[in-house]
This record gives sequence, C-alpha cells and structure tokens, in this order.
Amino acid sequence: MYQTNQYEGMIAETVSMQGHKGDMINAYVARPLGSGPFPGMVVIHHAPGWDEWYRECTRRFAHHGYVAISPNLYFRDGHGTPEDVGAKVRAGGGIPDEQVLGDLDGAKNLLRALPYVGKIGVFGTCSGGRHGFLAACRLKGFDALVECWGGRVVQSKEEVTPKQPVAPIDYTKDLSCPMIGLFGNDDKSPSPEQVNLHEAELKKHGKNYEFHRYDGAGHGFFYYDRPAYRQEQAVDGWKKLFAFCDKTLKS
Amino acid sequence: MCTMIAHQAKIQGRGKSGQDWFELREANVSYDHPYDMPLEHALNIDFVNEAAGPGARVAVELSVDAARKLVQTIEAVLAQADQRGVLEDKHQPTNR
Repeated sequence: MYQTNQYEGMIAETVSMQGHKGDMINAYVARPLGSGPFPGMVVIHHAPGWDEWYRECTRRFAHHGYVAISPNLYFRDGHGTPEDVGAKVRAGGGIPDEQVLGDLDGAKNLLRALPYVGKIGVFGTCSGGRHGFLAACRLKGFDALVECWGGRVVQSKEEVTPKQPVAPIDYTKDLSCPMIGLFGNDDKSPSPEQVNLHEAELKKHGKNYEFHRYDGAGHGFFYYDRPAYRQEQAVDGWKKLFAFCDKTLKS
Repeated sequence: MCTMIAHQAKIQGRGKSGQDWFELREANVSYDHPYDMPLEHALNIDFVNEAAGPGARVAVELSVDAARKLVQTIEAVLAQADQRGVLEDKHQPTNR
C-alpha cells in the first residue's frame, strides 16, 4: 500500500507500436514517473473493445508501480467509438489468434526495449484472459500471467473457427510462467466445470498456478460499470492479483 | 463471455442515427455481450453500412424473450401483408 508521504506521479498517453507482421497499431501506455526499475504489464482488452475501463485498468497498474501497455487489438477494424468498433469485431466472430499474438509480442517487445523495465507480465479479462493464456503459452518472455475469467480457454469442436483454430487449453504444457486465475462461480463461460478442466490440465503438467473462485460472482465481476460488478469479490480479486504480481514480478 | 455467436445478413434498407438517415447494407446479429442492456448476454442486432465505417450503425440489444417476440411479430406482419397481396418481394427504390 502506498503511503501518504511518498512521491507519486504518472504519465499516460497513446503511442504507436509495431504489432503483428510489422503493422503499426496504437496502444495506451501508463507508467510511474521515476527511473525505475519497474515491472512491465501487457494489458489485454476484453471483447467489448479498447474502452475506458481498459484505460483505467492500464493506469491502475501504473499506479501500483508497473509500466503498463494496452495495445488496441481492434486497430485494423477501423476507428470510431470503442462500442462501434467492438460491435464490428463482434459481428465478425472476433479477431484471429495469430494476429493477437503478434500484437501482444510487439507490446512486450516495446516494454522490453525500455531501460527501466524489468520483468514483464500479461493481464487480460474475458477474451483478453483467453488471449493472455495463449500468449503465456506461445510467446517467450512473459514472467507472469493474470487470467481473469478467460472464456473459451476450453473450446468445444463446434467453437473452433479459422480465427481461433486451437483451444488454448491444448497449449497448457507450454505455459512458460506462473499464473493466477480469477473466476466467478456463476459464470457461464468459463463455467465452473470448464475451470475444473483448465485447472486439471495445469496440474497434470505440473504448472505453477493459483486459482481463486468466487461465490456470488459471475462473468466480469470487476466491471464497475456493468450489473455484473461484485464489490467484495472484486476488491479481493484485485488484492490477490497484485499480491501475486508483486511477488512474481518485483522480486 | 464473448460467445462469438454471430451471423450477418446482407440487407437493403435505411436506418436513422441521430438526425440523419443512411443506407443500411448489413444486419449483424449476435448473441453475445450487450453494451447497455444489463444482461451478460443479449440478442444484439447492429444495422450497419460497413463501407461507411464503424460509426454507421443502428444498434438494438434485446432479451431472449423480446427477440423471439420480435421475430414472431415480423413474421406475422409479413404474412398479413402477403395475404392482402401488398407484399413487395423485391426492393423498389422510391422517390420521396
């Protein structure tokens, strides 16, 4: 917990960065002022879009001492309000996993090139939780994963599409860093049964993980602007994830 | 979460956004997260013109019950119009 007499400052702005196949996309970066070193965090937005909640989430990580970057994964789908762009992506069945991985690798590389950044984690909610798990399995260089209610980590055959051709759970053996998972027991995707499968696979491969499952919470219980918000569970979830990140990335 | 259940229909029509009408070319129908309806999932219909960018959109978000009622109502209206022989099967641009 920060102290009332400590120095505090932050810079937050949109930047351009190199993403998948060298494409230039935009991203939102927030970092504490000072020379560091700071841990880094790639913040993956959810399916509804690159929206205000994710701006605030990115600044929240900066407030807690992280250099955080949230790439606009919908950059190629045009510009407008986050809702209008998100609706377009929703209509198209989401964005390709390979493209997402390229963009997340680019965001991580941007952090890696900064002289004041040390270890780097990846955080995501909803589809971003799924993308985070994929990134921590398939990309090198992440030191921690925060997966919040990643839906369709477990995918049935009917849910496999050309854009999302492999269920992320199938990559579990390649998970390269410790992870924390937060889930609501009233969630439909991932359902508690799917979270059980997710956990069983992590256990089977001897991965370093901790899962926290909340009664009285469903999907997206951090989103204070949605009816799904659950104050008690959200406060505890943030506390647990920062404890995990501080232990894993600040040491 | 994002179910990714979405279908698109090519349509002809006009939609009103703010004070202005614009040409609609696609209807994107999904059962996924709504933006404003206080539900985890809703039946979302975005009437759009993709060629005009993401902002060319008229959006509705419906509960499952409301969506079913809407489908039934549209079918009923079309059936009644068909019975009266006033149904125009093909889009006929008219001058207004």
